Amino acid sequence: MGGDPENRTLKLLKVGAARDLGGPFSALYSRGERMSGQPKRLLRNLNAKIAAIPMVLTTLVVFVGGTIWTVVYSFTDSKLLPRLRWVGFDQYERLWSNSRWMVSIENLMFFGVLSLVFTISVGFLLAVLMDQKIRYEDTFRTIMLYPFALSFIVTGLVWQWILNPQFGIEGIVRGWGWESFSFDPLNNPQTVLYGLLIAGLWQGTGFVMCLMLAGLRGIDEDIWKAARVDGIATWKTYLVVIVPMMRPVFITTLVIVAAGIIKLYDLVVAQTSGGPGGNASQVPAMYVYDYMFQAQNLGQGFAASTMMLLSVLIVLIPWAYLEFGGKKHG
Amino acid sequence: MKLTKLTAVLCASVAMPAMATELEVTHWWTSGGEAAAVAELAKAFDAAGDKWVDGAIAGGGGTARPIMISRITGGDPMGATQFNHGQQALELVEAGLMLDLTDVAEANNWKEVIFPQSLLEACTVDGKIFCAPVNIHSPEWLWLSNKAYADAGIPVPANWDEFVASAPALEAAGKIPLALGNQPWQSNLAFGAMQIAVSGIDNWKAVNVDKNMDVAAGPEFAKVFAAAAEARKLAAKSTVQDWNQATNLVITGEAGGQIMGDWAQGEFQVAEQVAGTDYTCLPGLGLNAYLSTGGDAFYFPKNDDPEIEAAQKRLAAQLVSPEVQVAFNLKKGSLPIRGDIDLAAANDCMKKGLEILASGNLLPTGDMVWSPDVVKQAEDLMVEFWKSDMPAEDAHTKWVEILKTGL
Repeated sequence: MGGDPENRTLKLLKVGAARDLGGPFSALYSRGERMSGQPKRLLRNLNAKIAAIPMVLTTLVVFVGGTIWTVVYSFTDSKLLPRLRWVGFDQYERLWSNSRWMVSIENLMFFGVLSLVFTISVGFLLAVLMDQKIRYEDTFRTIMLYPFALSFIVTGLVWQWILNPQFGIEGIVRGWGWESFSFDPLNNPQTVLYGLLIAGLWQGTGFVMCLMLAGLRGIDEDIWKAARVDGIATWKTYLVVIVPMMRPVFITTLVIVAAGIIKLYDLVVAQTSGGPGGNASQVPAMYVYDYMFQAQNLGQGFAASTMMLLSVLIVLIPWAYLEFGGKKHG
Repeated sequence: MKLTKLTAVLCASVAMPAMATELEVTHWWTSGGEAAAVAELAKAFDAAGDKWVDGAIAGGGGTARPIMISRITGGDPMGATQFNHGQQALELVEAGLMLDLTDVAEANNWKEVIFPQSLLEACTVDGKIFCAPVNIHSPEWLWLSNKAYADAGIPVPANWDEFVASAPALEAAGKIPLALGNQPWQSNLAFGAMQIAVSGIDNWKAVNVDKNMDVAAGPEFAKVFAAAAEARKLAAKSTVQDWNQATNLVITGEAGGQIMGDWAQGEFQVAEQVAGTDYTCLPGLGLNAYLSTGGDAFYFPKNDDPEIEAAQKRLAAQLVSPEVQVAFNLKKGSLPIRGDIDLAAANDCMKKGLEILASGNLLPTGDMVWSPDVVKQAEDLMVEFWKSDMPAEDAHTKWVEILKTGL
């Protein structure tokens, strides 16, 4: 009974999708409409189409247009101002032979993998705990989600202070009398990424928890009843039944978190500004900014941002395929 | 001639109050000494009847310049903005976004009063003048804390070699021998100062002015890198970020010395230290008394409003005027851009600088001879080199590669 309205919406969505996505083909199959042809189809739902025009234009001009413009100019030798003087792949060759860019990529991979694993697993765990029909759930949920309301700059500064050896955790513990205590991740090139990770997790986990909680709440109560009747242990139900059922939520979370990691910038700027050791915590977005504006070399910055776009696409395309393409089992 | 100028100034000061124009001026002068110097500029501009709207951007030129440039290219220009002379604003000028100041320069005879003329040349594009230089800055100074050396019980070194030799004694006394901020430009500045000091003037010119890459890859510059690799060990314990925090280590005697431009002097002044007794300065690191004459200049982005344009020209004329030059440069610790004024109030270090200036041992700065792109790449390399244990030979090879991108 709980699932009824949901199913109906799903069906509606599917019908809608078939109509919109399968446009030209559905026209062939639909009765009677074949002959009357295009004009009528264009006029159908006219209000909705007119209302969508600004959105379509914005997408085409701002997003798609801006992206294409950037990619095109990444093949030029634009300096402070863009100009069309082609240099082929020179910018890319320079980019990939630059040690700072390579370090940035390595840092991002390291940070990204750990960040993905921990935000999603910790977020899910918190959601499960929250789902145990506890008292004051609203309060806890608010507390957990609160860091997400802060900007990354604020998070970065707060954690820079917390991790600062003089004023932060190390200083406090030493103040208690444990003189040899040492906790200074941000000033050591070996550990600085963990320092960033702590701040990133603090900020992002609550949000993932909310997504997961929404997913858990979407699971039909009957599933739980069935599992209980069969005498399956709760943890096992979660792992074997619930998690697979939450596949769409996991994939969405993965995409949101991964896109956020690739554009990581402000947290690093606020916490370490790329140091210590000059580049121990550099990330690609910082390279893009520095070369576009400080070095006044737009071409190089565009090449780097095109590489970032590529990595976002590498994340997005499998997702789009999973979400929209591989519906055979559905 | 003097009389006409005086009448012009008088007329201006009488006529102005009726048409006070607000001009927003952006700059990155935010440390104690710098802010005091900027206040002098604002005071003079306000006194002449206009209104100085201060647009200080904290975080140094690296942070401020992108903001300034995007405001100018984005169609929201300020009244006036600081840049370093040379190539930083070159493309903006070429794109026609900056106000032509040639008439102001001619009216005030800049061609004759500005010394050295290279400063005005750096403002000139296609025979037209686009900026008003306000000071001369040279980065090749070693600042030493007399207190740190007294604590260690050794005499204050007289040049870079003695400084390196004195480092173990300082370390034994619990001091950081060399203070160096973490920001990339500071590592590059230290390296630039060592280039002139260690490789000598001819080699420096061969590489930076004549762009001879064989010399750049040669043994003289290998020596520079070896010296820098030595120097970075002395700075290993220095963990501060900003240059003035590093200067503060020298002021308090926690560090022995710092390689920093003459703007560091403003900080010593704010801390009420006396040159010669509390601190010592060695131009050209005490080895080669040459100074590169870069500095700050004000550019005036083009504006549709004729009233603003008139105010921009008034400000430009004022910045170069003798009174403003004296007041500003005494606070800033930099050298004035005209040879015809008397800096009797100048302290020990500024006098050393003035002497070098008068003797003509001058060079252009890295900002003038290399594009921002090359400078940025060199900064990236230098910060990595100074803050890690990258071998000197590797850094040398990479450095030559970087210079080649700017040929």
